[in-house]
Amino acid sequence: MPAVTETLDTVSAVTQSGYKWGFETTIEMDLAPKGLNEDIIRLISARKEEPDWLLEWRLKAFAAWQQMAEPHWARVDHPRIDYQDLHYYAAPKKKAGPKSLDEVDPELLRTYEKLGIPLKERAILAGVEGADGPQSNIAMDAVFDSVSVATTFRSTLMKAGVIFCPISEAVRDYPELVQQYLGTVVPMADNFFAALNSAVFTDGSFCYVPKGVRCPMELSTYFRINARNTGQFERTLIIADAGSYVSYLEGCTAPQRDENQLHAAVVELIAMDDAQIKYSTVQNWYPGDANGRGGIYNFVTKRGACRGARSKISWTQVETGSAITWKYPSCVLMGDDSVGEFYSVAVTNNHQQADTGSKMIHIGRNTKSTIVSKGISAGKSNNTYRGLVRMLPKAAGARNYTQCDSLLIGDQCGAHTVPYIESRNPTAKVEHEATTSKIADDQLFYCRSRGLSEEDAVNLIVNGFCKDVLKELPMEFAVEAQKLLAVSLEGSVG
Amino acid sequence: MLDIRGLAASINDTPILKGIDLTVPQGEVHAIMGPNGSGKSTLAYVLSGREGYEVTSGSVTYDGKDLLAIEPEDRAAAGVFLAFQYPVELPGVGNANFLRTALNAQRRARGEAELDAVQFLKLARGELRRLAIAEDMLKRNVNVGFSGGEKKRNEVLQMAILRPRLAILDETDSGLDIDALKIVAEGVNALRGPDFSALVITHYQRLLDHIVPDRVHVLAGGRILRSGGPELARELEAKGYTDMVAEAA
Repeated sequence: MPAVTETLDTVSAVTQSGYKWGFETTIEMDLAPKGLNEDIIRLISARKEEPDWLLEWRLKAFAAWQQMAEPHWARVDHPRIDYQDLHYYAAPKKKAGPKSLDEVDPELLRTYEKLGIPLKERAILAGVEGADGPQSNIAMDAVFDSVSVATTFRSTLMKAGVIFCPISEAVRDYPELVQQYLGTVVPMADNFFAALNSAVFTDGSFCYVPKGVRCPMELSTYFRINARNTGQFERTLIIADAGSYVSYLEGCTAPQRDENQLHAAVVELIAMDDAQIKYSTVQNWYPGDANGRGGIYNFVTKRGACRGARSKISWTQVETGSAITWKYPSCVLMGDDSVGEFYSVAVTNNHQQADTGSKMIHIGRNTKSTIVSKGISAGKSNNTYRGLVRMLPKAAGARNYTQCDSLLIGDQCGAHTVPYIESRNPTAKVEHEATTSKIADDQLFYCRSRGLSEEDAVNLIVNGFCKDVLKELPMEFAVEAQKLLAVSLEGSVG
Repeated sequence: MLDIRGLAASINDTPILKGIDLTVPQGEVHAIMGPNGSGKSTLAYVLSGREGYEVTSGSVTYDGKDLLAIEPEDRAAAGVFLAFQYPVELPGVGNANFLRTALNAQRRARGEAELDAVQFLKLARGELRRLAIAEDMLKRNVNVGFSGGEKKRNEVLQMAILRPRLAILDETDSGLDIDALKIVAEGVNALRGPDFSALVITHYQRLLDHIVPDRVHVLAGGRILRSGGPELARELEAKGYTDMVAEAA
C-alpha cells in the first residue's frame, strides 16, 4: 500500500499551519481570579446583575457538581483537569452590553473580520460566505470568551415577534420565559459538565419563536475563545412555540495555544406542537498541534425536547476541531408523532480524539428518529461513535434508523462504533447499519489517472463520503463546511 | 509519439515485463494481444504510473518527454488516458462533478481556461448524445451500482470528454455484449485522427473487428513475440495462443 504509506508520512509531518484561525486578539480583559468557589459564582451573578432565583440555581448546581466525579466512560484520554486553575469569567473590558455596533471595541470587530464574520448588518446583507456564495440573510450573535458582544438584525426579528438576544439580556428582559424553560431539558445536575456549566455559565444565545411564526432568517451564534486559561461555558436556550420554525447555526474557533482550554457548553432546545428546530454546528475549535499539544477540550451537552405532537428537532454537525470532543446531541421525543434527526460528520487528524454520537429517547407514540453519522479518522487519531436509542413502553409504533459509517486514512488511526439499543415496546422498530472503509489506493489512482492531484482526490472522496450529512446544512454553510474538511485533512496525503 | 525501449518491470520483486520494445507513431492505433498473465495489464499500469509497479530497466518516451519521471496526474494532463479493466467506484461522488473536476485539473495544468458548470454540461451532453448514452449517467455516483457494461461505457464517456492524445484501453471489451462492444469501438473510432494514438489491449480478436488496428503485437511471458498488421489478430484467433507461443519458442 505505497500511497497509504506516503499518507502516513505526511500525516505525521503535518503542522498546525493548517489552522488559520489561531491568532490572538490583544484586548483589555476583565478577568475574575482563578478558581471556582461560591464567591466566584456570586461574582459572575453580580456582574450579570442577575435576579436572586438564578443565583440560587447556580449555587445549587455548584453544590451538586461538587458531589460529582469527572466522567471517564468515553474513549478519550486526557490528563486530570485542574478546575481551580481556570478563570471562570473573562470579558472584554468596557460595558458588557453595547447598544450598537459603534460601541463595540474596534479590535474585536477586526477579530471577527479576520474570522470572516462581518458583524455589520450591511456586510451580512451583501452576503457572508465569500463573493461566490448565495446572498445570505443571517442574524448573528457573537460571543467572545464569556460575553456576547454583538447581536445583529434584532429589530427585523422583533418585527416578526422573534426574540434573539444574549441569554444574559434575556434573564433581565424576559425573566419569566427563561425561568420557565432553563434547565428543563438538561437539568442542572444532569452530568458533571452540565452541572459545571449551570454553576458558572456566563453567556450564550437565547431565542424564542412565538406561535405560528416562521423565523424570517437563519439565526447564528459565533463563539470565540480568546483569553488564556479561561474556560468557556456558554448556555443556549431555544424555544419554538406551537407551529413555529427556526433554523440556527453555531460556529466556533479559538487561538492556537500550547495549553489545553476547557469548553463546556449546554444547549437546550424545546419544540412545542408542530414546531420545528433545525440546529447546525460547524465546530472548528483549535485541535492542538501535530504532536497533540494544546487544543480545546470540548465537553458539551446538547439536548432537544420535542414536547409537542408532530414537533421536529434536527441536529446537524460538522466537527473538525478540538483536541477532545465529548458530545452527544440528543432528542427526547415526548410528543406523539414527533421526529428527531441527527446528522454528523466528525473528522479527527493527528492526535485528536472524538467520542460523539446521539441519543434518541422515544416516549410518545409513532415517534421517529434518524441518525446518520460519518466519522473520518486520519493520523494517530481516535474517532468513536457512541449512540443510544431507547424505546420506552408507551412508544408504540416508534421507529429508529441508524447508519454509522467510518472512513480511515492511514493505519495508525482508530474508528469505533458503540451503539446502545434498548427497546421496551414490542411494536417499536430499530435498525442499525454500520460500515468501515479505507480510502483505497485504487480509488486514489483512479482519480489521479484522470488528472486530479492526490490531495484533490482525497477531498473528493471525503466529500462524497459525507454528502448525506453536508446536504442537511443550510446552503450558506455547506460551502464553508467543505472547505473546513479540506483544511482539516490537509497534508493527510502526499 | 510513444516509444518504449527495453522496458522491464516487477511487482514485489517478481519480474513481469522482461524487455519490451514498442513504438506507436502519432495517429496510429496499435493492439496488444496476449494470453492471461502475459503482462498486458502491467504494461498499462506502468504507462499510467500506478504505484507498486517497479521499472527495473528501459525507458518510455512520450511526446519527447520521459514519461516514467512524471506523476500520474501530470501524465493525464499531458494527454495519457487509461480506460480501466475494472473501473473503480467512488461512493457519493457525482459523475458530472468528478468529470468536471478532472477536466479542469487537466486544463489548469496545461494553462487553459477552466470550464464553468454550464460550459461543461454542454460539452458532456454533446458527447452523451454522440455515444448514445443516457443522460442520467452524469447524475449517478461514479461507477456505483453500474453494471459491467455501464462501467465500460462510462470509461468511454470519460475518454470522449477528456480528449486524450494517447488512450490505453485495458481489456475494455472483457465482459461486454456485442452492443456494448460497439459503443466502446465507436467511442475510440470517433477520436481517431492525426492527433490521437491508442494502445488497445485485448485478449480476443472480436474487438479488433470493430476497431481495426494499424499494428498488432503479441505479448507473452513479458515480451513481444510477434508484430504485424491486422491479419495477425486473425491468425491468432485461428491458431490460439498456445501454438503461436510454441512456434516462437
